[in-house]
Amino acid sequence: MKTQNIMIVGVGGQGTLLASKLLGKVLLNEGYDVKVSEVHGMSQRGGSVVTYVRYGDKVYSPTIDMGEADTIISFELLEAARWLPYLKEGGRIIVNTQEMEPMPVITGAKKYPEDLVNKMQSEGAIVDADDFLFIAKKAGSTKAVNIALMGRFASTLPEIPKESWIEAIKSSVPPKFLELNLKAFEEGYSGA
Amino acid sequence: MKELMLGNKAVARGMYEAGVTFISSYPGTPSTEITEEAALYNEIYCEWAPNEKVALEAAHGASLGGVRAACAMKHVGLNVAADPLFTISYQGLNAGLVICVADDPGMHSSQNEQDSRHYAIAAKAPMLEPSDSEECRLFTKLAFELSEKYSTPVFIKLCTRVSHSQSIVNPEMRVDIPKVPYVKDPTKVMMTANSRNAHVRVEERTKALTEYAESAGINRVEMSDTSVGIITSSTCYQYAREVWGDNASYLKIGMINPLPIKLIRDFAAKVDRLIVLEELDPIIETHCRLLGLDPVGKMPAFTQDDNRPYFPICGELSPNIIRKCMGMDVPASKALEDEIPMRPPVMCAGCPHRGIFYILKKKKCMVYGDIGCYTLGAIAPLNAMDLNVCMGASCSGLHGFNKAMGKEGETHSVGVIGDSTFIHSGITGITDIAYNMSNSTIIILDNSITGMTGHQQNPTTGKNLRGEPAGKVDLEALCRSLGYNRISVVDPYDMATFEEVLTTELAAEEPSIIISRRPCVMIKGTVHKPPIEPRIDKCVGCKACMQIGCPAISVKDGKVRIDTTLCIGCNVCSQMCRFGAL
Repeated sequence: MKTQNIMIVGVGGQGTLLASKLLGKVLLNEGYDVKVSEVHGMSQRGGSVVTYVRYGDKVYSPTIDMGEADTIISFELLEAARWLPYLKEGGRIIVNTQEMEPMPVITGAKKYPEDLVNKMQSEGAIVDADDFLFIAKKAGSTKAVNIALMGRFASTLPEIPKESWIEAIKSSVPPKFLELNLKAFEEGYSGA
Repeated sequence: MKELMLGNKAVARGMYEAGVTFISSYPGTPSTEITEEAALYNEIYCEWAPNEKVALEAAHGASLGGVRAACAMKHVGLNVAADPLFTISYQGLNAGLVICVADDPGMHSSQNEQDSRHYAIAAKAPMLEPSDSEECRLFTKLAFELSEKYSTPVFIKLCTRVSHSQSIVNPEMRVDIPKVPYVKDPTKVMMTANSRNAHVRVEERTKALTEYAESAGINRVEMSDTSVGIITSSTCYQYAREVWGDNASYLKIGMINPLPIKLIRDFAAKVDRLIVLEELDPIIETHCRLLGLDPVGKMPAFTQDDNRPYFPICGELSPNIIRKCMGMDVPASKALEDEIPMRPPVMCAGCPHRGIFYILKKKKCMVYGDIGCYTLGAIAPLNAMDLNVCMGASCSGLHGFNKAMGKEGETHSVGVIGDSTFIHSGITGITDIAYNMSNSTIIILDNSITGMTGHQQNPTTGKNLRGEPAGKVDLEALCRSLGYNRISVVDPYDMATFEEVLTTELAAEEPSIIISRRPCVMIKGTVHKPPIEPRIDKCVGCKACMQIGCPAISVKDGKVRIDTTLCIGCNVCSQMCRFGAL
């Protein structure tokens, strides 16, 4: 099997690390070779963050290069556009349409670009844009936006049974948040 | 059972399995999790030391005391630990001693990208370089065996992509190692004849280790297509595998110091074109050139062929960078025409450092910064930092600056240093100020935690690595004992008072310490006030509140907005607003 390349991108503090932890767990349980690469430290202070997840029969590099990602899962709209060059031709972007202004936009030095979903589509990307913050809120907490996004991603992988995801969620989140996270996953999954 | 593990966690696992019982470290990205993960094993005593020199000396002491010991640090931390390192290499040990050092090519969270491999060569200590998490675990265990067999500290050299990548690990059981008895040995005192003899021993050891390198299992030959042969190590092995697959042969170096001689010559003789692939400096390549080989690498000046491809010394490598250098195709990639605004890291909403930097900017101070979250004071719109070098330079560097500048410098300059960094290397700097009498002003940003590396305890917090009660440095008493008469403590949320104190201390004709004291807002249990509710009717849209660079504040349609999910009610912005809107 050809190595699959998934990128999880967002803003430091949005919960991207839990999403990659969950994905890693599912892939390991399904018997794939897996590598997950994160950057800690400076980038956690509200900066742009990226996690690379690669899986297949045998994975060498822990990182993904430009033009190689099969799927980019973005927690924020501008971040999807930032990492677009990493998407392979005809690759998929699952994006939360939430807009978080970076400091240069807040200070008025730069503008937050408009109409990003359409622009990414016209570059040939398959874009699945949704208000995952709303989906998470409906499930019980805006903090479950990461699980809602992973639900949508799970729906694009028919080779991985849904039960495997549910098992991984059960072993990743504290019991008192389990119900709302399972609901967020389901809403993300079925909302496609 | 196999497990997906961070490289750093796998190093900790290796230590656990190797029977380690003592670890002393100073946190530093990307090395921090090694010690934090090891601390989760009850069998291992773990501590945060004041700095890396202390950590290495303590770990060596534990080795002399008879137990397997380790320390972990980032690349620049090894500069601090270099002093004991060179002599420990001479003196040798009792039980095994392993030094983990994590480089940061690409400088994701560092001030330089020095290559730690030079230290292994200079200190004549073996260095192992794993390329994934399973190797992290296995190499760490091997490092202890080698350390004891050859009586030498052994390095485990990591980099961001190995430390902070997860891959599959197959954990094994822990072996409990019996304590090695301490026996007094007069030749261990490192002076004159003893040191001279020790140096001879070290050279003999290097010879023996070079022999070992020729047949060591971790220096692995993978023969396939012989048109290209690649000598490589660490993540570069993984990148090479992505680029060439089975269309090349590989010599994967697991022990970077000392390097084998015959093994490299034999491999080079079997392939048509030799390539050396390594990140940062050309260390393996230089060795190959000493052997009379002329590989594709990073030193175009040393080859006769002007058209030969070569790899960059600066930054991380990647499969695409390698492909481009070799003239191979890279995958197509698309970008939008729009400019995508940068998203630099920022001080958190409510960060106690924010108001301090605003006042420093307002007072047009020359700010000699230091290493920590507060380096973000250099970023727009605060732009309040002039310089930084290394841990502690804010104090000693400012002293030299003021001696050169005289009154003009002393009345307009400050050094700014965090609590953990102050303990690490600031104390000697402020001693220099007090002893040699420059009228320098040092601001200690005491936020009761080591912030940037992810909230580690330190000697000023009163808690140890596990969060249990511990000794606590009294900063005021410490400064007083060093000779400071002028010590002020301010609340950084009270900008007017801080400005007043700063003005007085800059004018004072003797050394001053200002302690800005308020815990980091991200510490669990820190009490937050309710978010600010702006009075939009009073906002005139002057944007004065925007000058402090708080991520919770924005202006939409000429009126201020507060992001209530971020705001913790620190009221620093209220002090900026002259119209009562905040």
